[in-house]
Amino acid sequence: MNIARQANGFDVASARRRCLQFRRRILDISQNVTALHIAPAFSCLETVDLIYHGLMRKEGGRFQDTFIMSKGHGCMAQYVILESLGVLSADDLAKYCKPNGRLGAHPDYGVPGIAASTGSLGHGLSMAVGMAYAEKIKRTGGAVYAVLSDGEVQEGSTWEAFMMGSTLEANNLVAFIDNNDFQSLGRTSETHPSFYPLTDKFRAFGWETVELNGHDAAGLYEAVISREGEKPMAVICKTVKGRGVGYMENVPIWHYRAPNQQEYQKAIAELTEVRS
Amino acid sequence: MRNKFADTLYECGRENPLIAIVVADISPAGSMEKFRKEFPERFINVGVAEQSMIGICAGMALKGLQPFAYTIATFSLYRPFEFVRDDLGYQNLPVTVVGIGGGVVYSTLGGTHHCQEDIAIAGAIPNMSIIAPCDPAEAREATIYCASQRKGPIYLRLGKAGEPVLTDKAIDAWQFGKLRYLQRGRDVCILSYGIVMKKAFAVGEQLEKAGKSVSIASVHTMKPLDRLGIEAALKSHRQVVVIEEHAPQGGLAAQTKQIAWDVKASCDLKTFTLQDEFIHNYGSHDDLLAAHGLDATKIFQQLNL
Repeated sequence: MNIARQANGFDVASARRRCLQFRRRILDISQNVTALHIAPAFSCLETVDLIYHGLMRKEGGRFQDTFIMSKGHGCMAQYVILESLGVLSADDLAKYCKPNGRLGAHPDYGVPGIAASTGSLGHGLSMAVGMAYAEKIKRTGGAVYAVLSDGEVQEGSTWEAFMMGSTLEANNLVAFIDNNDFQSLGRTSETHPSFYPLTDKFRAFGWETVELNGHDAAGLYEAVISREGEKPMAVICKTVKGRGVGYMENVPIWHYRAPNQQEYQKAIAELTEVRS
Repeated sequence: MRNKFADTLYECGRENPLIAIVVADISPAGSMEKFRKEFPERFINVGVAEQSMIGICAGMALKGLQPFAYTIATFSLYRPFEFVRDDLGYQNLPVTVVGIGGGVVYSTLGGTHHCQEDIAIAGAIPNMSIIAPCDPAEAREATIYCASQRKGPIYLRLGKAGEPVLTDKAIDAWQFGKLRYLQRGRDVCILSYGIVMKKAFAVGEQLEKAGKSVSIASVHTMKPLDRLGIEAALKSHRQVVVIEEHAPQGGLAAQTKQIAWDVKASCDLKTFTLQDEFIHNYGSHDDLLAAHGLDATKIFQQLNL
């Protein structure tokens, strides 16, 4: 089965406009609630947008495929996209992290559009493998897309899942690794110098693997739809943490910090065009 | 017990195409081979990778299947604990985590294979139910229940193999969430669960020889605990005895004491559990139980009749 050939068309110019808007929307939210992860959402935004707009198939208004945000702290990217799709409401986002709201800083199963609870790293890929396998034995034709962080790949459970994904021949599963080269205490490549890069390791585990610019949605789309499709696929997305706002890019504090009003204005002014 | 589990799961799997089993390099005998041959897609061996066993079960349950995760109790519950908590408990998914060899029945394998805190640990997770059958017949009832329900996760604590049938003369039928009397008397009530139930019968025999009329109840559902059933036992007997193959904290002994306080029970209450210590002895299951004081004669002698 080559799921990719069934994908929708994907207009890159529209995707760029959407992602600009999503970045602004996330910054708007940061002026109401400071508990959010901006930079991790900005690094995977093009990927998540591509999954929803280019890869997941819709029928009768419902998605036939599944998305898991395994790096749960990137969920602002997912929330604003779900809002734009009408799955979540503006009211939901207005109440983000508020006592009467239902959206928190990590995705929670049961909230519309959220397929699994994540936040603890290293869980999403195993669940994605289980989901993809269930879709196969139930003959639904459903595919599963997951976004992992590059730090998350340090979890042993992630490697168990890579092992199982190929053993179970889950070729209806695509895992995107948001390789922004940062984790809480520094660069991933400096935390474990011999562990990164990852491409050969995923290949050795039996995954069809590509490494691409994670902000180039056209390239990502092309790679996924033209995949061989015999194996599960890993897409290593080379990304920039905080992408789109110069002073946030590759600066660790923006993992969790919200901009003050002045910083917010500066960021918004910058968000007129994001280069790919 | 594990063969009865396998036979029953095979029957359930034939009826219900959503039943699947994910094992971690250990498989029950019995009909499991038949299950594997007839439903190869619904039998997964992850190998020695317990975290993915639980995560994959969660993913399958999120897509509507009813998976069983199966391996030795320490490896099905302790090794992937945070996966059991987050993936199964937090998301409230109908996955049965089967722990084979609950307690200290792997009596020659050392402390790494003893599971003496599992009821407390599994019981602390919201949404989690716990069933610990005392014999193969209860294991069958429990497996049927687990395969039929879609409410949430269950930790199913099983013994090993070759356990005697203890429930053939049971007064009450097996029902999830309700303790059942296996025999009914007036003076002393012994509450127990799991395969240490054999000690309850041995103590019961000695009590009867001493002229006492003895009830024995299987508290097979350890969560949600049958508080009303325990209250009734406390109020209808002069002495209640808990015999438990589990640490003193968080199991039946501790909870029965809490209930006794809550309902102002006036009966004598004595509890016998494993100690809050690891076991470095080897030998038979009985030898290990005895090392922590779970010996029928020793228990009988402490009942101050």
